[in-house]
Amino acid sequence: MNRHDVNKSPGARLGMRLRRDWPLLLMTAPAALLLLVFHYVPTLGNVIAFQDYNPFEGDNPLEAFVFSEWIGLGNFETLFYDRAFWEAVQNTLSITLFQLVFFFPLPVGLAILLHSVGSSRLRAFVQGVIYLPHFFSWVLVITFFVQMFGGAGLLAQQLRHHGVEPWNIMANPETFILLVTSEAVWKDVGWGTIVFLAALSSIDPTLYEAAAADGAGRWRRLWHITLPALRPVVVLLLILRLGDALNVGFEQYILQREAVGRQAAEVLDTFVFYQAIIPQQWGLGAAAGLFKGVVGLVLIVSANKIAHFIGEQGVYQKT
Amino acid sequence: MSTIASNPIRINATRAAWEEKPSPIAQLGKGTILTSVVMAVLFPMWSIVVTSLASRRTINEAGGMVVIPSELDLSAYVTIFSGGQVTRAIWISTLVTATGTLVSVVLTVLAAYGLSRPGSLAHRPLLFYFLFTFLISPGLVPSYLIVTGLGLKNSIWSLILPSAISVFNLVVVRAFFMNIPSELIDSARIDGASEWRILTRILLPLSKAAVAVVGLFYAVGYWNAYFSAVLYIDDNDMWPIQRVLQSYILAGQSPHVAGVPVNLPGITAYPPTLAIKMAVVVVTVIPALLVYPFVQRHFTKGLIVGAVKW
Repeated sequence: MNRHDVNKSPGARLGMRLRRDWPLLLMTAPAALLLLVFHYVPTLGNVIAFQDYNPFEGDNPLEAFVFSEWIGLGNFETLFYDRAFWEAVQNTLSITLFQLVFFFPLPVGLAILLHSVGSSRLRAFVQGVIYLPHFFSWVLVITFFVQMFGGAGLLAQQLRHHGVEPWNIMANPETFILLVTSEAVWKDVGWGTIVFLAALSSIDPTLYEAAAADGAGRWRRLWHITLPALRPVVVLLLILRLGDALNVGFEQYILQREAVGRQAAEVLDTFVFYQAIIPQQWGLGAAAGLFKGVVGLVLIVSANKIAHFIGEQGVYQKT
Repeated sequence: MSTIASNPIRINATRAAWEEKPSPIAQLGKGTILTSVVMAVLFPMWSIVVTSLASRRTINEAGGMVVIPSELDLSAYVTIFSGGQVTRAIWISTLVTATGTLVSVVLTVLAAYGLSRPGSLAHRPLLFYFLFTFLISPGLVPSYLIVTGLGLKNSIWSLILPSAISVFNLVVVRAFFMNIPSELIDSARIDGASEWRILTRILLPLSKAAVAVVGLFYAVGYWNAYFSAVLYIDDNDMWPIQRVLQSYILAGQSPHVAGVPVNLPGITAYPPTLAIKMAVVVVTVIPALLVYPFVQRHFTKGLIVGAVKW
């Protein structure tokens, strides 16, 4: 903005900026419009959680929304008295917690291990291989697991060869949490190392040198230099994961729900799909979705607060 | 340290002078872990490819999945490419991926440029409008009602439009644009270049890496789309490849995905053989394998990580 603007009225200034910036606005418009239609309108559409929403009132969802009856908290009442809903919440939270303990640390360890590999050729090769499964769909990942560990898979085949009766891995509700965690690890442990590898390579090597000169061994250097350098990234990812506590992924569970049964594999998202979309209980489904959204928002905001409180950077800052 | 004394000649050393020589046990442990991680990824892929190329006799002898190749038999691939559901699904997935990636990349680059100049009109509110989508997710039911309400059911656009803009990718490209020295842009503007010209002639040629990676992310997302097809595509003839793969392989263990009994129309009046099943898996994997090497080298350039720190 040049200094002549200062003397002009706000309206004229706005006009000038519009004349200058309209191409930028025009370029942003299509993406903004898509977000409006497929993100913000559905977000507002969650108000049907307070309705007995009936899509057959009127000709389109909007008319149906206008004509549908408002029933206050009725849907939430139905939902909160539904045992299947709480089972789904419980499954979701157990899976999140389990993966936080048994999956979350793995990429950190693998990244430290990879970083310590001397040959850059070997490192690049391993990286190239372990990033790959991240780009496979869940259908593929589960197919791989079925072909390896399923009833007709390679493992069962080999066991039968040696006269051992194979046990059921892919359809056992008791060990389902182990199974989904293994699948998630197989798909994403390599990809997860990227962030940590970047953090590791940004550590000043003279720190290690000075520590070594002072007599710090391998493990002390790891403890006093490497791990503190990784801490901000770990905290950031931990916050993101906590904010996503009710999101364990969708396709992985829907694909295996029939095989292991509802008891073990029903998570919040599949609950909405099977209890709302298929039987067309729109209000109930929106109530479950709204519950999930609000809890998720509260989780991410409070996780970020905690991070600020203990002096970490967190995901976003107050501006 | 003692290592220096005992190793006076260290010309091609990858290890720093002060670093201890790793013990043989540590070396062995490291090697074992890395080998098993790599094998865990490569071995299932190997076995699936080999089985898809195996003859019926080899499969029978092995009792299922084959690990050691013997006779080469391409009949499984001939079967799935000779028309029928798999061929059609590959076409549909290719169409969705190509169209979707084009739409997504173009709109993302445009919006990223539109949002890359602090101080422009409505810059802050618009940025907030985009970033706020990270904090709230709209939920399944309203999204479903909107997409079906717009009449997109059984249209390939239902697989494209709802996921066309990834704000994460947008932030990646925007960060890349903003790292380009502003002198370049200013001098072009003094020479009278329009915004469009600045974007296409100056920024884009400098941002090939970012656009390639973001394009890969979008393409992979479209190619892998499964659940949106469960939601929006009822018509078997319109199924993308992931949906078909699911019905071929996992249907045995989950016959009622989406509450609808899966039947296998088209080529399979008889149940597909193991070789055919594995051929479908290979066909589903291949596109990712083809594009991956071209884009993989950009991952390490700190592109993704730079964006994480927005």
